[in-house]
Amino acid sequence: MSSHYEAPIREPLVLGEKSYHDISVDVGAPVLGKANKSWWIVFTIALVAFLWGLGCIIYTISTGIGVWGLNKTIGWAWDITNFVWWVGIGHAGTLISAVLLLFRQKWRMAVNRSAEAMTIFAVVQAGLFPIIHMGRPWLAYWVLPIPNQFGSLWVNFNSPLLWDVFAISTYLSVSLVFWWTGLLPDFAMIRDRTTSPFQKKIYGILSFGWSGRVKDWQRFEEVSLVLAGLATPLVLSVHTIVSFDFATSVVPGWHSTIYPPYFVAGAIFSGFAMVQTLLIIMRKVSNLEAYITVLHIEYMNKVILLTGGIVTVAYITEYFIGWYSGVPYENYTYLSFGAATGPYWWAFWALIICNLIVPLSLWVKKLRRNIVWTFIVALIINIGMWFERFDIIVIDLSKDRLTSSWTMFQPTFVDIGTFMGTIGFFFVLFLLYARTFPVIAQAEVKTILKSSGESFKRLRAEHGDDHSHVQTVEEYPADAGPAANVEDKHFDSAFDSTDAETENNEVDFEAHRGKIDNLLSGVGTFDPAVQKQDDLKKISGVGPVMEMKLHQLGIFTFEQVSRMTDREYDLLDEIISDFPGRAKRDDWAGQALMLKNKN
Amino acid sequence: MASKKIHAIYTDDDLLLQAVKQTRAANYHISEVFTPFPVHGLDHAVGIAPTRIAITSFLYGLTGLGVAVLMMNYMMIQDWPQNIGGKPSFTFYQNMPTFIPIMFELTVFFAAHLMVVTFYMRSKIWPFKKAENPDVRTTDDHFLMEVDADNHDVEKLTKFLYDTGASEISLIENEQDH
Repeated sequence: MSSHYEAPIREPLVLGEKSYHDISVDVGAPVLGKANKSWWIVFTIALVAFLWGLGCIIYTISTGIGVWGLNKTIGWAWDITNFVWWVGIGHAGTLISAVLLLFRQKWRMAVNRSAEAMTIFAVVQAGLFPIIHMGRPWLAYWVLPIPNQFGSLWVNFNSPLLWDVFAISTYLSVSLVFWWTGLLPDFAMIRDRTTSPFQKKIYGILSFGWSGRVKDWQRFEEVSLVLAGLATPLVLSVHTIVSFDFATSVVPGWHSTIYPPYFVAGAIFSGFAMVQTLLIIMRKVSNLEAYITVLHIEYMNKVILLTGGIVTVAYITEYFIGWYSGVPYENYTYLSFGAATGPYWWAFWALIICNLIVPLSLWVKKLRRNIVWTFIVALIINIGMWFERFDIIVIDLSKDRLTSSWTMFQPTFVDIGTFMGTIGFFFVLFLLYARTFPVIAQAEVKTILKSSGESFKRLRAEHGDDHSHVQTVEEYPADAGPAANVEDKHFDSAFDSTDAETENNEVDFEAHRGKIDNLLSGVGTFDPAVQKQDDLKKISGVGPVMEMKLHQLGIFTFEQVSRMTDREYDLLDEIISDFPGRAKRDDWAGQALMLKNKN
Repeated sequence: MASKKIHAIYTDDDLLLQAVKQTRAANYHISEVFTPFPVHGLDHAVGIAPTRIAITSFLYGLTGLGVAVLMMNYMMIQDWPQNIGGKPSFTFYQNMPTFIPIMFELTVFFAAHLMVVTFYMRSKIWPFKKAENPDVRTTDDHFLMEVDADNHDVEKLTKFLYDTGASEISLIENEQDH
């Protein structure tokens, strides 16, 4: 069908011979399976960091802000640095899910779910700091304009710190419903695939009873589009408002009209760096390399390059205007000769090297498509963007108008511990998410499979654009029991039901006796007395029918499948001729090896 | 009255779309279609009206803007017209630049949340709602078309659906209409 046409120049976004069912299986696997050892190790480390941070927060609130390294001149340092850093990280998620949706970028579909999760979890971390950096956090509810017994004493709507309250809470709540609405069909998929009654109950509640009616989908798509249209200005406004905390002040170096767009560009820059960091690990750990491909990584690197370029232009502008203004106070702002050579020279140069110089390497295509290098650059950018906020806040405050109040800032272990705690909390949430949520928007990936899937692109290249894309799928009954109302497979009185299909399911033993022996000699035989049979259906590409056939041949374990080489694949194809080449394309042996090691 | 429906299951979205068009052309009534993902053009092919949910969102946004303006005008200009850092609090428009961030945020807040709530209510989905897809495979890779069979010859309709490429066809008889 021509509706699936896509220019041949575009690289495939879904690798391998995937069917719709394969996507469900691959996305559902981390949720339906068990966590491995490395997950528990990383989770424990994150949990310890989180608990340590929690201790620091409790210590701060019960003892007083004085346990931090702040002084009379520098009243904001690590607290607000971390706040802006976390908010910035959150922005890439909304950018991916909203802005790229408006631009109809298909590649966003494999990354948007995790990017949005990252947004939510990062904004949760960010949201902690405005509370805990308060001297009297138990009065935090006074920032809300609630009618009260003080003659109804209201808040002052002139303050950017109050705008922050509105911006962050709107941002968090809108991101949350945007994410959750997108999750409904995927939760429904898990609900309908799981065999555990507990999971069925939980995902039944989480999926809000999503049934996938055509009218529901129509509304769903409209809602997604409108939310994307709302989230795009929202994401720009939120970091703009955060930048107003500085830009509307009279502090030299802070008072600058370039901040709103420059902060937003920096937010996208650092946010994408964090997405890269997380997804490069996740695609490996969750076996999602067929969906989060090198192409996705390259695209994100290009966004990093673009926003990094915008940030660089902003740095140069700041530097130039600092000199051009002729204001002597600007000599000591965070991007000035004073900063480059002053006591915070190391923070200044860390910023320049991490944000300006290192990302330039991504102009080289080889490096841009190199996963290890991307990972390193992403980490460096995250560090650099932390320094950017630190430089803006601390350098500008440390040398203000009166020389008598010039000072330096020294963090205490509580400052550092709180920051470490939020990183731990972030990873606790993200790791739990990766085990319980469908990390790829499978319903969305299924919509691009026929236009951007590798196998379908190849079919079009071989057979022309008008080639039919109707898939022949293996017939199988529903995993969790038969279809609700169906008694027999077909309504069989109306037409002649031949038993051709059931006949096909039988392997013709006599004809293939020699080949079967040959095959078993390669993979080894199964002894029911000492061995246990595995669920071969866990291998992507093996359905109940194929499993039955393998059983008939005498293949029952992952161990046997994992020993298959090209010779065995060919033999298998000759014996079972239904899906020639399938076993090899899906790399059954490799999959079985992994499954075997998991058990 | 007992109602009869036929559930035809397809294994491919292109096949389904084609079947929907053929079924409509043959003047059979499609009462529902369940798909695992949004099939482009399906709503048009089934012949359902466009959704008006974007219009509601616009109205909710206007409501949010109105709430923000009334709230800040009352609190900052009417109730306590204080001098805070020399900001002119004599009229709303004089101090409006500092109100714009919150006017904007509340507009988005109302437009987004109320639209989503509207969507949940109109589509009748909420946390403890029971799923209503008749076959669990329709959230994975199967596509189900439900056709009214009350006033038709079931044998003929079944044959017709079989010819459209349905891989499973089943007759559903419900005791009560819904």
